[in-house]
Amino acid sequence: MWDYSEKVKEHFYNPKNAGAVADANGVGDVGSISCGDALRLTLKVEPETEIILDAGFQTFGCGSAIASSSALTEMVKGKTLDEALQISNQDIADFLDGLPPEKMHCSVMGREALQAAVANYRGEEWSDDHEEGALVCKCFAIDEVMVRDTIKANNLSSVEEVTNYTKAGGGCSSCHEAIENLLTEEMAARGETFVPAASGKKKAKKVEKKKPDLVEIEVPGAVPAAAPAAAKGGLTLVQRIRKIEEVLEAMRPALRADNGDVELVDVDGKTVYVNLVGACSGCQMAAMTLGGIQQKLIEAMGEFIKVIPASERPAA
Amino acid sequence: MSDIYLDNNATTMVDPAIVDAMLPFFTEQFGNPSSLHSFGNKVGMALKKARGQVQKILGAEHDSEIIFTSCGSESDSTAILSALKANPERKEIITTVVEHPAVLNLCEYLETEGYIVHKLKVDSKGRLDLDEYAKLLTDEVAVVSVMWANNETGTIFPVEKMAEMADEAGILFHTDAVQAVGKIPMNLQDTAIHMLSLSGHKLHAPKGVGVLYLKRGTRFRPLLRGGHQERGRRAGTENAASIVGLGLACEQAMEHMEFENVQVKAMRDRLQEGILAAVPNAFPTGDVDNRLPNTLNIAFEYIEGEAILLLMNKMGIAASSGSACTSGSLEPSHVMKAMGIPYTAAHGTVRFSLSRYNTMDEVERVIEAVPPIVAKLRKLSPYWGENGPVENPEQAFAPVYA
Repeated sequence: MWDYSEKVKEHFYNPKNAGAVADANGVGDVGSISCGDALRLTLKVEPETEIILDAGFQTFGCGSAIASSSALTEMVKGKTLDEALQISNQDIADFLDGLPPEKMHCSVMGREALQAAVANYRGEEWSDDHEEGALVCKCFAIDEVMVRDTIKANNLSSVEEVTNYTKAGGGCSSCHEAIENLLTEEMAARGETFVPAASGKKKAKKVEKKKPDLVEIEVPGAVPAAAPAAAKGGLTLVQRIRKIEEVLEAMRPALRADNGDVELVDVDGKTVYVNLVGACSGCQMAAMTLGGIQQKLIEAMGEFIKVIPASERPAA
Repeated sequence: MSDIYLDNNATTMVDPAIVDAMLPFFTEQFGNPSSLHSFGNKVGMALKKARGQVQKILGAEHDSEIIFTSCGSESDSTAILSALKANPERKEIITTVVEHPAVLNLCEYLETEGYIVHKLKVDSKGRLDLDEYAKLLTDEVAVVSVMWANNETGTIFPVEKMAEMADEAGILFHTDAVQAVGKIPMNLQDTAIHMLSLSGHKLHAPKGVGVLYLKRGTRFRPLLRGGHQERGRRAGTENAASIVGLGLACEQAMEHMEFENVQVKAMRDRLQEGILAAVPNAFPTGDVDNRLPNTLNIAFEYIEGEAILLLMNKMGIAASSGSACTSGSLEPSHVMKAMGIPYTAAHGTVRFSLSRYNTMDEVERVIEAVPPIVAKLRKLSPYWGENGPVENPEQAFAPVYA
């Protein structure tokens, strides 16, 4: 059984705004009947103000599809069209206190229904670029289409690279066989042969030649080649902390884009204690985010740095 | 009111008498059955008794034809991989499109290893075409694997006939009978079936124990090699307590075979009639005249199965569905697809599978509960109007993703 939040259950058992709105002037039909989830969103928009006066949904789908539809209608009522369009699928999922990874597509469907209905109201043609494949990585909800496209676009050739680019395979690792199969197919398509990484410690050798960054952010002054000269003993503690702060500052926009943030708590030798806050705290990907921060710090400081959550800091 | 369990094709309750019979094998009867001393010997005797009980329900000629395994899937994999190992020059497999994933996913993997897998198609009622089958029986085929009864619809396949056809062509025949054992009387010694899979937890024994029946003289290559357990055909210390439980479960199933085919069938038939009388735009799937006595699969059009299950669960009724969402896949049940059931109905299929522990009173409660649930969900459905499906539902609402 799915691990649905109480909020999802509440919106499924007692959905709000079920049924079509009378005198609707914006209608969005999205979904895929073969996948078993489809949604019609009807909006009543006040033409002068573009405020959504009423919203209703009709959904063919599972519990979370119905709950996402119900949540969407609650969220958009009273907003202007432009305000409503700011709602992301993550906002819908957050409104419901989260969705299981296999069910995140229900929130995507909600957002697309909204875009379609607004386009319909404005007399525009809405075409979606939605493409969905079978779920490959359950830890991070990455599907086959995403993995294939990323392999193609970046000429990836190892599971580690796929993990670094898409996060797929970075959790429990049970999907590595599936990723290897996708690599085999995609590499064959570009005339290459997939060579699996050696097992055990030998693995490290292969990845040396290329170091794809986990979080793609430009860090000012983070030229790894130049950094070592200034490293190790060359900096005072204050200088070190300032430099660490600089690195974190540079990463902040990317974290904030995902509604998260990071704060520096303490520096103890090579160990840097940080707090992930906002959406980052409790996020399944927190460990990966920390890994990305660590990598950036290592590059910038030119020495090995260990990034540890502040919660694990020994009591003073 | 207690909850109603109608998901017995998924798994069954362990009968209390079976639990009692198993308990000593966790405490004083802890010996290794392979040991010479009396601690082990007593357990060895208990396994022998259980082997005899399984032999009886299958109608096997010898008790040495019974190999205890960990589950139905292990039995399936052992049988198919053994046939391939024993016939390395043969590179083809015959199975059906509606097999359980235990067989189907293995076959799909074997395709990547260079084997050719022929999947027999089914018609709209889930029936096979034996002429198509006959044409495929060539010297290239190493093994045929066809389920005795389908887990989703209960549809029964003519495996005894199909085994004979394979045997005449000199081909090994395996059947996954995990849903059939205990519901269909069997006498394997009179059939040409070479291998058969059985799963304990489908007939009120615990999970984690199964059987591979291997007709004497069938060429065999073990999956697990190691110790001499199961006459060297399945290494690994025996799951003694569960095997004892499975033995007793087989004995009980024999005793209840008639009850299953009369009373349980009557409850199933009443459930079907009651629901269909109250719910429009619903139909049973599969071969309704030739199916397991306990299984009923109904397609409720224009709504989705997981939503039905969640609302039923809230009322204390347990069943299962062939919708994509319940499995986390992108497609509805492969069985429904194979029968050509349209998506608007395939996603709304619900399987009710009964057991001898259900009562007619429970069936009446389910008949009361289901129609309002269906009506509630149809009210939310874009395919449903005031009192029925909208006109030309497929055109009236046609969302399309790229």
